[in-house]
This record gives sequence, C-alpha cells and structure tokens, in this order.
Amino acid sequence: MAIIPQQDQEYLKDLFAEKLEHPVTLRFYTQRQSVLSVPGQECGTCSDTHALLNELVALSDKLTLEVRDFVTEQEQAKAEGIEEIPAIVLEGQNKGTVRFIGVPAGYEFATLIEDLIDVSRGTTSLQPYSREVLAALQNPVHIKVFVTPT
Amino acid sequence: MMAIESDKVTADVIEVSEYPLMAQRYQIYGVPKTVINESIELEGARPEEAMVGAVEAASRSAAS
Repeated sequence: MAIIPQQDQEYLKDLFAEKLEHPVTLRFYTQRQSVLSVPGQECGTCSDTHALLNELVALSDKLTLEVRDFVTEQEQAKAEGIEEIPAIVLEGQNKGTVRFIGVPAGYEFATLIEDLIDVSRGTTSLQPYSREVLAALQNPVHIKVFVTPT
Repeated sequence: MMAIESDKVTADVIEVSEYPLMAQRYQIYGVPKTVINESIELEGARPEEAMVGAVEAASRSAAS
C-alpha cells in the first residue's frame, strides 16, 4: 500500500511539474537490511523513510534518490556531518546545506516539499533584507530546528 | 530556507521524538525549538526578522 495517498500523489505530481526548475538529489543515509541485528543499533524508521522517498522521487523526473549506507559508507557520512539516521541531504541550487534528520512525516513532510521546491529553484520567499543579511554572513552558522510529526 | 540563501548556513530539521538522547541534551520540552551554533536558543515559531537577526548574531560571534 502506498505511504503517500493517491490523491496527494496527484497533487504533488502537478505541484512538482509546475514548481521544480532544476534537478534535486535527495541523498539518503540509511541502514541496509541485515540478517544480524545489533541491539541499540537498529534504525526503526529507516525502511519507512526509504519507502516514502521512493514514492516521492517517482513523482518527478527532476528528483533523484541516492542511497548511502551509514555503516559501510561512514567516511562520506562523517564528511557530511551525519550523526543520526535516517538522514536526507538535499542537493540542488542551494548555497548552503539542507538536511532532514528522522522520518519526514506529518508537518515535516510539508516542510520537505517546500524545501525541495526552493532547492530546485535556488530561491526562497524570504524578504529582500533577510536575503542581503544572509548573503553577507562571514562565518559558519549551524541551525538545528527540532520538530515533532504532529 | 536560510541555508538556500547562504553558503555559510547548514540547516537541520530534526524529528526529535526519534532521538530521546538528543531531546534530553538540547532540553526540548516544546517544539519548534531552534538552536543556533549550539549557543543561541529560540523557543516556538519566531518572525523572520528575529530568526535572521539570531543567525547574524551567531555568525558574528563565531568570529571571536
């Protein structure tokens, strides 16, 4: 059964067709299915997130899913600053780094959709003054926004 | 959004209920909560100017 309801898939397909400009890669850090399970090391939401992302990228040919294993590809995960999984790194026209940690469900799913569009276009709806301030930043800033699905 | 506009910005959206240890470490009792450069904390949704102001302040103090 689909995770994204059929009606929502139709809506998103039209939205992506209208709004996505340039390709976006969703680099997904996960834990591959294993016959061995190490207590305390399981990723409870990785497979649901993988299924959700598979459905999402199927809705536009501008979206690509790249799957990385958090354990066997830990060098790249480390280089990208990934410490928890599931994690999604968005790569498109964005100047900085945009990541989602945890399953992007509920309200966070809407945020992911908005960010996919912004990353694809390289523009945001921020005020001109805010864009000037951000463009002039001299030192790194790491923003963590903590949310819950409801 | 801010990370789309500046190469100096990394933005993480974190579904914190999956990571109880992180929730404890950052003392998350309500959402949204925003933590910038591990030092500035903003509780609840804030207007754009307040968020951008906090990001600018964090970037400036990262220099010292």
